[in-house]
Amino acid sequence: MTLVALVPLFSVIFMLVWRGSKQLSLGVFTELPPTAFEEGGGFGNAIVGTLAIVGIAALISVPFGILGAIYLSEADSENRLARSARFAAKVLSGFPSILAGVFAYGAMVIGARVWGWGGFSAIAGGVALSILMLPMILLTAENALHMVPRRMKEASYGMGATSTQTMLNVTLPTALPGILTGIMLAVARAAGETAPLLFTALFSNYWLMSNGKIDLLQPTASLAVLIYNFSSMPFENQIEMSWAAALVLVLLVLFMNLIGQAVSRRSIRA
Amino acid sequence: MNVHHSTNSLETPESRGAQSGVKPVENVIDCDIQELYYGTFKAVRDTRIPIEKNAITAFIGPSGCGKSTVLRCLNRMNDLVRGFRFQGHVLFLGQDIYAPAVDPVEVRRHIGMVFQQPNPFAMSIYKNVAYGLKLNGYKGNRDELVEQALRRAALWDEVKDKLHKSGLSLSGGQQQRLCIARAIATEPAVLLMDEPCSALDPIATRKIEELMLQLKERYSIAIVTHNLQQAGRVADKTGFLYVDTSQGGRTGYLVEFGETERIFKDPQEAHTKEYIRGEFS
Amino acid sequence: MEIPSDETQISRPPTSWEKFADRVFRGLTYVFAWLAVLLVLYIAGQIAYYAWPAIQERGPGFVTGQTWDNNRDVYGILPEIWGTLYSSLLALIVGTSFGVVAAVFLSEGFLGGFLYRVLKIFGCQNHPVLGKLPSFLDSLLKNLIELLAAIPSVVYGLWGIFVVIPLIREPCNWIHEQFGWIPFFGTSLSGPGMLPAAVVLAIMILPTITAISRDALVAVPSKLREAAYGMGATRWEAIVSVIIPTASGAIFGSVVLALGRALGETMALAMLVGNANRISVSLFSPANTLAALLANNFPEAGPKEVAVLMYAALVLLAITLVVNFIGAWLLQRATAGLEGLR
Repeated sequence: MTLVALVPLFSVIFMLVWRGSKQLSLGVFTELPPTAFEEGGGFGNAIVGTLAIVGIAALISVPFGILGAIYLSEADSENRLARSARFAAKVLSGFPSILAGVFAYGAMVIGARVWGWGGFSAIAGGVALSILMLPMILLTAENALHMVPRRMKEASYGMGATSTQTMLNVTLPTALPGILTGIMLAVARAAGETAPLLFTALFSNYWLMSNGKIDLLQPTASLAVLIYNFSSMPFENQIEMSWAAALVLVLLVLFMNLIGQAVSRRSIRA
Repeated sequence: MNVHHSTNSLETPESRGAQSGVKPVENVIDCDIQELYYGTFKAVRDTRIPIEKNAITAFIGPSGCGKSTVLRCLNRMNDLVRGFRFQGHVLFLGQDIYAPAVDPVEVRRHIGMVFQQPNPFAMSIYKNVAYGLKLNGYKGNRDELVEQALRRAALWDEVKDKLHKSGLSLSGGQQQRLCIARAIATEPAVLLMDEPCSALDPIATRKIEELMLQLKERYSIAIVTHNLQQAGRVADKTGFLYVDTSQGGRTGYLVEFGETERIFKDPQEAHTKEYIRGEFS
Repeated sequence: MEIPSDETQISRPPTSWEKFADRVFRGLTYVFAWLAVLLVLYIAGQIAYYAWPAIQERGPGFVTGQTWDNNRDVYGILPEIWGTLYSSLLALIVGTSFGVVAAVFLSEGFLGGFLYRVLKIFGCQNHPVLGKLPSFLDSLLKNLIELLAAIPSVVYGLWGIFVVIPLIREPCNWIHEQFGWIPFFGTSLSGPGMLPAAVVLAIMILPTITAISRDALVAVPSKLREAAYGMGATRWEAIVSVIIPTASGAIFGSVVLALGRALGETMALAMLVGNANRISVSLFSPANTLAALLANNFPEAGPKEVAVLMYAALVLLAITLVVNFIGAWLLQRATAGLEGLR
């Protein structure tokens, strides 16, 4: 039965390699998505878009997660705020990803209109993904900080370091591999997320630019949404394109997972 | 050179000369603990111990007698423990380190500490030793001071070719000497050692003991040990602490303090006699 | 503090900058810990805020209504609630049975054990390369199951459309013709539908169940195992009668957490379930779920529909929160229960 459970995995991998590699060429990385009856084309803008959206999400969630984790790891077990924050992070980690999209839609797409901007944008997509990344980063970082032996921190305090100096010079560097692993896994997960992007970043057939400048406030393509959109189209070329995009996306996600695991293995050795 | 004129400077309390007949000027630390609590638990009472200049003072006693707690009072490490409360005073060069205006961080910069478990940082040997210099913003030649500290800790010859290897790659005894080098690199006035050899094998222990005898030329040392022979070999003065269970709790207190030789050969108190006889027979 | 000059050359008190930095940094961590708490409240509050007009206008009738019609301004999500629960339940049945068996298989190291015995027959169990194979294979198997979790759900959706549906359509329609009188097979499978969605969903939740259950099984103290062997139990008897029951609390907790994930899963369902607004027990009938409803309708929603969709999101939030709390509580209780064994 265990082997039966692995059949889908091999089937998925086989399909990805078989159907995905057919269309795979240098062009798909540089060209724009094809229109209805067009042949060829690519999804260069979706790759750029995915990287941009995930980058924005990381920019929000990494500092947020690490600073929050530092507070949690330094707090003692009776600290009310720390317990509530940990609880909040666990609630968030069980959050359906679509609700992160609903939130970002409310906050960024329609909510931000009050300030004169808003609408579907890369930033709205980044906000949605950061909601999903935050609990992963926060909880793994807290765990990694907790693993730093108490006596190492004591040594630093004993030398006359303030608690901030101890954190920045000793605890954080020692926990860094574990924290990086958490970040990479969160990034990998976020890169594959589709639901939160459907109505935040939306999709675009063009590059992430307007008037020759990078514009993060316009609808933005992503690999995941491209796969979803093209999979339901009646055109063979689009369907082939979505397989190729799926192959690229899976490779991207696996690559980030591998980096995360390599970093964590290094930390065990140290 | 560094006379600090900070707002929290203190006048020497009048009580300074009243320390049990010991000449105050020779003591770097005068410690008088009346009562010490962790939360509601009374851990130590009535303990007065002076730490003399350029001498080794040992704290001995059965486990749970609070000797490590007393040691950790001397550089305010106990402040990191939740619920720590303390009545009494600890005078460091005549100034009460528990005065409200005193920053515990500053106290720890002057009073170094070596712990029970060797605890080097997960960084290079060089950076471990230079850590205190970095904290204190030392601008001079760091390489020179690192080498000097490692030489004084009798570790230089073993590590001079691998200063940029991780401090964790050393053996247990070497790690502990690295921790000593780290502690003395900033030239602290006092070195507190909390059972520094309990995690080491006999050969490494002997090395650390020899090192302590050399270090006392420059530093004043207080050491907690559960090993009576060790106290006998290295300490000039010895304080014996015991556990008082009479009030239901386990409260440590000082039974007897004096020259090491006298404590071992001619103990005055019944508890001391019993403990020393028990250990040596 | 004032230290006589001959005592120290290097030590100096912390500068006012260091003290300031210490305070600012600690304040910063404090603020972000608060932000994490406030964020959750803000998210829930914001969804409720946008849903409020719809809640006032429609009240509980929204939850029991069965029609979703933009033009007539009639909205109800009972079919979506049904579809959410039904698809998750089906996925759970399949996912749990496979997931727990896989967990037992992994925790007992059957594959490695088997290989070890094979190697032993050839007398090369201590071979420098071949001897490492059994443990290598065990960890490979574990990594492969974890790999299942790493694949994005949209890729599973794609795979479901182009592999699962064509594969099962013929057999399903045959079953419908033969056993159509059984309600579960009451309709034919024309393409997307409940069964393909549930199958793919089961694959997606399997790693969750396997990972947590395996950890729980590994955590069963060996003294219990030995006690069972000591009573003359065979390996299977020990697994079924002692090891699985001991870990059952955590296994159950993992199943409930997987249910939480299944309820909120969007893409695979939006692509496979058919998006049909109907209530049916038939496995082959198209249906819809709350998450898929949100995914399909949000991009082009007008202000009125946004409020209604926010209401639906609030219902989904409530369902998943309750399920996740129960799961977390069960897991915590299970780990606490095992404490006594150590």
